[in-house]
Amino acid sequence: MQKIVLIDYGSGNLRSAQKALVAASATLSGGFDICASDDPKVIAAADRLVLPGVGAFAACMRALGERTGVIEAMAEAVQQGAKPFLGVCVGMQLLAERGLEFGQTQGLGWVGGEVRPLAPSDPHCKIPHMGWNALEEMSGHPLLRGLEVGAHMYFTHSYALFPSAPSDVIAQVDHGGRFTAAVAKANVAGVQFHPEKSQSAGLRLLANFLEWRP
Amino acid sequence: MLKVRVIPCLDVKDGRVVKGVNFLALRDAGDPVEQARAYDAAGADELMFLDITASHEGRGAILDVVSRTAEVCFMPVSVGGGIRAVEDARRLLRAGADKISINTSAVENPALLSDAADAFGSQCVVVAIDAKARPDGSGWEVFTYGGRKATGLDVIDYAVSAVKRGAGEILLTSMDRDGAKNGYDTALLRAITGAVNVPVIASGGAGSCADLVAGVRDGGADAVLAASIFHFGEVSIGEAKAAMRAAGLPVRPI
Repeated sequence: MQKIVLIDYGSGNLRSAQKALVAASATLSGGFDICASDDPKVIAAADRLVLPGVGAFAACMRALGERTGVIEAMAEAVQQGAKPFLGVCVGMQLLAERGLEFGQTQGLGWVGGEVRPLAPSDPHCKIPHMGWNALEEMSGHPLLRGLEVGAHMYFTHSYALFPSAPSDVIAQVDHGGRFTAAVAKANVAGVQFHPEKSQSAGLRLLANFLEWRP
Repeated sequence: MLKVRVIPCLDVKDGRVVKGVNFLALRDAGDPVEQARAYDAAGADELMFLDITASHEGRGAILDVVSRTAEVCFMPVSVGGGIRAVEDARRLLRAGADKISINTSAVENPALLSDAADAFGSQCVVVAIDAKARPDGSGWEVFTYGGRKATGLDVIDYAVSAVKRGAGEILLTSMDRDGAKNGYDTALLRAITGAVNVPVIASGGAGSCADLVAGVRDGGADAVLAASIFHFGEVSIGEAKAAMRAAGLPVRPI
């Protein structure tokens, strides 16, 4: 039985992400216990961690930091324990070294780079980048197994993660210029889109995460 | 490339669908979750629940609807109706809504838009605007309370100010066209899409696939919302997308 823990720090999409993981796990063999927690002991002992997130980088980082021992427990599981980690939307952006939304805020720093506002070159491309868009420039990463170039995912954001190492990017998306749709570095991964809201393609990605052996 | 969204809208009162799908044999045609599932399976890009519950006591029902929908539908869900405070929005988002749509309260308490955007981000704050053409042809006026109260506000000015306050999307309903099924007010849409840089959802008046296409091609809308043409099976989600694709508009394949 694998213990999957969603980190509960008041993020709005926690419940949707939890339900989608449960639905994705139902397609797999092997048992999964999927729960949400802000208890450092539970987080440190997880087999896999998911960090949801909606809203502003600074507000999310602050909410995470306000929960005593949570960031340390995440680091213990992810960095010492090498447990697979998935950040979703702002949960992915928090992986960066810093965010530039409402001033500069330090991130977790597990993926080199920064979170900056989207600046589409085409004036017809609106901000927020909101709706269904196609994945491009996909690597053969196990998280993307079974998803083809052009697979549609649901995005809703105004900022994006710009990693310092291009090799950390495993999928891109185009909205008046390409930017990061998904990153992965060793056992740490993140997606800018919402797999929990991306119907079958999203559930496929979540199932891939549950089976991922970095 | 971002795709044009096709959004069916369900009116919900005290937790039950008021005017909903009647072309499918649903087990419980009044259950919003059953209808949400049907649209999810049909390939809708997003779903809108409009809560028209009149009483304050009845408001909890929509939370249950949203929560049960999020258990079985893995698609974006917006909820509008009766959101007067940041806490109302928070409860809906926690239940599983992705966006909250604010209409009357955004006019009466403009700080609500900025407070909600600060708390949750602009991407989940939709301002819903009910617009009616002025009789003298000098543009459109904003109405509140389900179209019952004239505000004196100009729709274009109001839309621009709502976006400045933090609205990340506009749900633009033409009261003149609503229910008439003779097409969206594309002049109204054009006026707003030309004035703001956030996505605009066309609403009010869609009666055919051609109307959906016109909302995007002529009105510049980013998404099209409709209720009865989908609920009564006059146009399926698949037919709507096929018509858009044939007109050269980008749509997500089902």
